[in-house]
Amino acid sequence: MSDPAPNALRRDVTPPEPIQPHEPPVAPARPVPHAGQAAPPERLARAVTVERLNAWYGEQHSIKDLTLSFAPNKATALIGPSGSGKSTVVRCINRMHEEIPGARAGGRVLLDDDDVYGPGVDVVAVRRAIGMVFQKPNPFPTMSIFDNVAAGLRLTSRKVGRDQVERALRGAGLWEEVKDRLPKPGIGLSGGQQQRLCIARALAVEPDVLLMDEPASALDPISTLKIEELVEELKARVTIVIVTHNMQQAARVADDTAFLLDGELVEVGPTEKIFTNPDDSRTEEYVTGKFG
Amino acid sequence: MSAVGFAPISARRRRVDKLARGGVALLTALALVPLVLILYYLVRQGIGAISIRFFTSDPTGSFLGDPGGIKSAIVGTLLMVGLATVVAVPVGVGVAIWLVEFGRGSKLAHAVRYFIDVMTGVPSIVFGLFVYITLVLGGVGGSSFAGWKGSVALGLLMLPIVTRSAEVVLLLVPDALREASYALGAPRWKTVFRIVLPTALPGIVTGVLLAIARAAGETAPLLFTAAVVNATAFNYNDRMNSLPALIFQNVGQAQDRLVTIAWGAALTLVAMILMLTLLARLIQRRSRLS
Repeated sequence: MSDPAPNALRRDVTPPEPIQPHEPPVAPARPVPHAGQAAPPERLARAVTVERLNAWYGEQHSIKDLTLSFAPNKATALIGPSGSGKSTVVRCINRMHEEIPGARAGGRVLLDDDDVYGPGVDVVAVRRAIGMVFQKPNPFPTMSIFDNVAAGLRLTSRKVGRDQVERALRGAGLWEEVKDRLPKPGIGLSGGQQQRLCIARALAVEPDVLLMDEPASALDPISTLKIEELVEELKARVTIVIVTHNMQQAARVADDTAFLLDGELVEVGPTEKIFTNPDDSRTEEYVTGKFG
Repeated sequence: MSAVGFAPISARRRRVDKLARGGVALLTALALVPLVLILYYLVRQGIGAISIRFFTSDPTGSFLGDPGGIKSAIVGTLLMVGLATVVAVPVGVGVAIWLVEFGRGSKLAHAVRYFIDVMTGVPSIVFGLFVYITLVLGGVGGSSFAGWKGSVALGLLMLPIVTRSAEVVLLLVPDALREASYALGAPRWKTVFRIVLPTALPGIVTGVLLAIARAAGETAPLLFTAAVVNATAFNYNDRMNSLPALIFQNVGQAQDRLVTIAWGAALTLVAMILMLTLLARLIQRRSRLS
């Protein structure tokens, strides 16, 4: 299967040099021709490639042989009806899937060339490299705004500087709103602010990839808009995978869109093509609202 | 639909509402009656016994002269309940953490939970009897009756209370917080200690207080483990007096002076538990603000 070559995610191999600035991938798994709106990324993130992924919840086979890749410094949306496995795919990428009792996954998930499921890989290292934002804002209720942002670093035994927290909060577009009340509890913020706090918390560990599992579905339209603008900005630093059941949102924020149905990939391509001229008739029926 | 106004609340509904409100208020008042009466009698009967000497001298045990104070009982209760708390709380919270965070759904967890439920229902005198047979009769530690044996009985009594209440509050901690922590790359034990426990802390403290209050008021487990003595003891290997045991002994005496001392001791016990509760709440409030 995988060779014992150096793998940055392995616990026993200490990566000698910092991972950034990262070499651009020599050959992207699937070149994404995207009309050149993109400013050059300020930091090259890493690509995620899912190969023949299968996932189960107990006996229920919920992801079937999924192969899909997510281009670096792009936002890729996963769309599909409820139960199509969008969230499961995302949870398999940072190995959160296995935290559910009875759940298991098989196949390969590559972060550039490192297999997330390789032998000896430290889950902690995987999750540091691949951050996650959940559907409902979940700041730690016992912690202040500052401590919430610092939590990721502290929980993985690293020192936290004020500048790191500031950078993360700026990255999440929250700094101006909270800079005067950092010691106040994180749950005192509004729902949209809480979600951006969670984004800041994920950013503070400087991940390469940010997984967003319906990040705006519990928020009001204005907060949703802010999150969407944020996705656009964050692409300069991270690769984004965003699950959404809101097709307008996918159309607004994603460079690429993948349509899932019953745990299988139906179609993936540039967002514009998926929404205007999909190859598969099921995709067309879904995006035009005929089902789902 | 045309503009028909909303119908007013019917007379029947008004009546039922009034009746229900009245009923609930009545039941609340009814529940408060014994509570108020207990406190009233406690203060009325006990306040006469309170003096500085009451807290600073040991019972003399003499039937005729000065009956003395209750110092040995206060010290004994503090020492024995203190030791029992120090041992039972970490163990109890540890069991609860295991039940919720690690053993959830496993057969062993079900068995443990079942036995804890059984333990909660065991009458306190049975714990005393158990310690009496195993530790006192056996002369373990070179003593027959001893303070630490009383602590063992109290600790056994506290264990299921602490475990059960801690388990309930740990279960209340939303899984979303655990997931958030895992997603940040935190290992499991850190998630438990840095995220789950602090979130559940107020509830755990409440459970611990409940257990302490229960243990501090128990007579049966102490009567034949720590015995009833007059002198103050600081050595856990000695016999120790305790407030409930002192109350039990004095209230049965045919002398009003001794019965008054029992009332005074009861008032002291209630006041001690009240102060402990207030102190814990104060600490909790302060820590939440920071």
